[in-house]
Amino acid sequence: MDFVDYYKTLGIPKGASSDDIKKAYRKLARKLHPDVNPNDKEAHKKFQQINEANEVLSDPEKRKKYDQYGENWKHADQYEQARQQQAQQGRQGFGGGGFGGGGGFSDYTYSSGDEGGFSDFFESLFGGARGRKSPAKYRGQDYNAELQLRLSEAYTTHKQTLTINGKNVRITIPAGVENGQIIKLKGYGSPGANGGPNGDLFITFVIKNDTAMRREGNDLYKNEDVDLYTALLGGEKTIETLSGKIKLKVNPETQNGTKIRLKGKGFPAYKKEGQFGDLYITWNVILPTHLTEKQKELFKEISKLSS
Amino acid sequence: MEPEELIPAKDFCMYHNIEYSFISSLEDSGLIRITSVEKSVYIPAEEMQKLEKFVRLHYDLDINLEGIETINHLLEKMDEMQKEIIKLRNKENAQ
Repeated sequence: MDFVDYYKTLGIPKGASSDDIKKAYRKLARKLHPDVNPNDKEAHKKFQQINEANEVLSDPEKRKKYDQYGENWKHADQYEQARQQQAQQGRQGFGGGGFGGGGGFSDYTYSSGDEGGFSDFFESLFGGARGRKSPAKYRGQDYNAELQLRLSEAYTTHKQTLTINGKNVRITIPAGVENGQIIKLKGYGSPGANGGPNGDLFITFVIKNDTAMRREGNDLYKNEDVDLYTALLGGEKTIETLSGKIKLKVNPETQNGTKIRLKGKGFPAYKKEGQFGDLYITWNVILPTHLTEKQKELFKEISKLSS
Repeated sequence: MEPEELIPAKDFCMYHNIEYSFISSLEDSGLIRITSVEKSVYIPAEEMQKLEKFVRLHYDLDINLEGIETINHLLEKMDEMQKEIIKLRNKENAQ
């Protein structure tokens, strides 16, 4: 645990007035507030630090204690005890008591760091919220979780149960979620302190493609093989989509690489019921191999006719 | 269609210890949507998250209505851009 320089945190000199402190805190709070920095963990951390600095420096009593002990904060309690004893004994000065060895300081209270986001340094020097006249409410910490889904699962709205910190959370995953998309579940984070609201749960979706299709937004792309004869003479081909099999007409003289669009057969649009992207099929014409003598003869015949 | 969940504006103001005029000015600026049923004003539940954010910006950070409008606009833009980044990354990974 290190000494925290609250003046440095707020970027103000030691002799700053309470107005300067207020101004510096406001300025930084506007820059680092979680509401203006969504999903920015670094900004959240800095915001907690400036909150802590403001909590100390804006309170004259706390500031006095902090200024008095400075970097010797670890011995603050011993210092106080020695001073009180000396005062009782009617002596002046601190004599040989005071700062002594490092064994003392039994009042250490380590916190998990979650309670209101205050550092261990703060807890040790001010004992958590004990010195507060009216305890401030602190929002609980946010949790982050990752949820792996298959593309075929993301196609339909479904429910899944997640275990977050030993608690089962059943969530509805709307169809059409994107890879990397983050959804927020309000109040499912760590409990707040002093009656403050719970933090939120942020779930990041990691979607693995388990299909033969490529997804771009709500559109899907698929390459489909078609034999030479169907491509030349036309016919029908059954293809798999995410909503089932469909029969597709292949036009005569279909060229290799021809792309067709199947409107509304793509991926569902996120939280837009009934809206779907399109499915693009690219025909991949497969030339026959291992031709028989008869087939070769016939192709030569066709070749002569074409030249 | 699911019925809309509504929260009485009066309760919201009491809970957050704020003036109703603040909610009313947010509505005038088109930042939130409120509903009137007979003579009472209600806030749709889906607007709550946004409204609570505006309350924090105004009361905790001293940002006036014009500032909130600007921040909201920029946050929306940021959100769109983040979605676009995700889309482009996915497109790149798919190729």
